[in-house]
Amino acid sequence: MAYSEKVIDHYTHPRNVGTLDKAKKNVGTGLVGAPECGDVMRLQIEVDDNHVITDAKFKTFGCGSAIASSSLATEWLKGKTVDQAMEIDNMDIVEELALPPVKIHCSVLAEDAIKSAINDYRVKNGLEPIQLEKSHH
Amino acid sequence: MLELPIYLDNNATTPMDPRVLEAMLPYFTNKFGNAASRNHSFGWVAEEAVDYARGQAAKIIGANEKEIIFTSGATESNNLAIKGVFEMYQQKGNHIITVVTEHKCVLDSAHHIEKIGGKVTFLQVKPDGLIDLKELEDAITDKTILISVMYANNEIGVIQPVREISAIARKHGVLFHTDATQAVGKIPVDVNADGIDLLSFTGHKLYGPKGCGALYVRRKNPRVKVTAQIDGGGHERGMRSGTLNVPGIVGFGKACEIAMEEMATESVRLAALRDKLEKGVTVMEETYVNGNTENRLPHVSNVSFKYVEGEGLMMAMKDLAVSSGSACTSASLEPSYVLKSLGLNDDLAHSSIRFGLGRFTTEEEVDYAIEVTKKAVTHLRELSPLWEMFKEGIDLDSIEWAEH
Ligand SMILES: Cc1ncc(COP(=O)(O)O)c(C=O)c1O
Ligand code: FES
Repeated sequence: MAYSEKVIDHYTHPRNVGTLDKAKKNVGTGLVGAPECGDVMRLQIEVDDNHVITDAKFKTFGCGSAIASSSLATEWLKGKTVDQAMEIDNMDIVEELALPPVKIHCSVLAEDAIKSAINDYRVKNGLEPIQLEKSHH
Repeated sequence: MLELPIYLDNNATTPMDPRVLEAMLPYFTNKFGNAASRNHSFGWVAEEAVDYARGQAAKIIGANEKEIIFTSGATESNNLAIKGVFEMYQQKGNHIITVVTEHKCVLDSAHHIEKIGGKVTFLQVKPDGLIDLKELEDAITDKTILISVMYANNEIGVIQPVREISAIARKHGVLFHTDATQAVGKIPVDVNADGIDLLSFTGHKLYGPKGCGALYVRRKNPRVKVTAQIDGGGHERGMRSGTLNVPGIVGFGKACEIAMEEMATESVRLAALRDKLEKGVTVMEETYVNGNTENRLPHVSNVSFKYVEGEGLMMAMKDLAVSSGSACTSASLEPSYVLKSLGLNDDLAHSSIRFGLGRFTTEEEVDYAIEVTKKAVTHLRELSPLWEMFKEGIDLDSIEWAEH
């Protein structure tokens, strides 16, 4: 199976690789997946007083599509408000990266990671976590 | 000059040796006859070529040429051996024994046997990939008619104790079949010294053509028979009908001849290159060689690079053609059942790469492969949250991973 150019680009030049201080109150961390499944994604957001995401970082253990999905997600997150970020759908990632059907779960993982990071931020700041539909892949 | 990409997947298939191609070419064009045509020279020429190739294929496994049944490859040979023995020896019993690390075509043939009323024991393997001989012997019942254990494994290259297995089979009057697809042409295989009753092998793993292989069926001590699985004109002593693939057979025979001539020097050369590769990549921490390293094919190395995922890794090694036991490479999302059966954690199975060297692999290529692999692993570990946790001393088993 050949990878799309965009996957290869994100994979070879991943954006926003790194770690934010998860102890900080305005940093939300999402850790999803499991090593046994061959994919673990950690996505972090840093949020300012206006609920705008000022920074996003990721690290991913997974296939090229999973790495590209999380790299793309961090790009999209920056500058969005937390509520806007909640709207990111895995199918947007699939479309942008031209992922084939067997790689859809890699994008689902990225969506899960975003939502889980947002919820971590919300809980830290005394907000209710948003109920997520349990996504299975 | 190094030509990219570099092919290091010689357990999946091998490139055809130009000498093999040369031997085959006339049989596509002017020597096109049907080997079963008894009444003209076109047929005779084809038949003669097939007989010659039969001798070459027999010789590499120390068999008699009458014991070679040409097939379309090892998949068919394995099907014929297992289903054919089961049908032929039904009166004697309905139980067969095989191993969980066999190739899918053996496992699925065994599952077929279960579906049609047979019983199958699937032996587990030890952490080094070898079977436990006592377990094998204990599994034998008075209904056992066949033991099928592969000679060498395609994913990790471990060589099973074939002579000990055949001794046990003999002792209990059970037939012994071995899928020697990965072994023939790479290490010495001798059906008599090894006590083998049926043996599968194939052209495309030994620098011959795809779509042509053989099943060895012992004719003496004991005389073994299999029920044909493809009915028709009664070719191949009635065990496998169908007009013979003459060019393929000629190529298969030639490939056997070359492999046999060059095996002694080639296996030493490959083992040295393989060891160099293995040493070169295992200098990185948290890197493990999978399977027994003493009883192993000379040209294969299966390595797990912990905390990086195999498919992602292969993508970073894009100038190397290798394969991975990672689930992400297969549609099933299950990592390699062979690696899992060694007791490897799923995460290590997901992190595995198989390097398969071959006749055309050069030292320069191996040097390049070492560098590319090290760079790729380092790059991906920088991206890996697991690597970061490991470096911080966090026990990954203590984390509650989100189920999915
Ligand atoms: C151990 C083993 N058995 C059987 C086969 C199937 O061989 P063929 O491709 O000739 O059907 C292979 C190759 O994929 C193999 O590695
Ligand atoms: S993470 Fe498994 S296929 Fe992408």
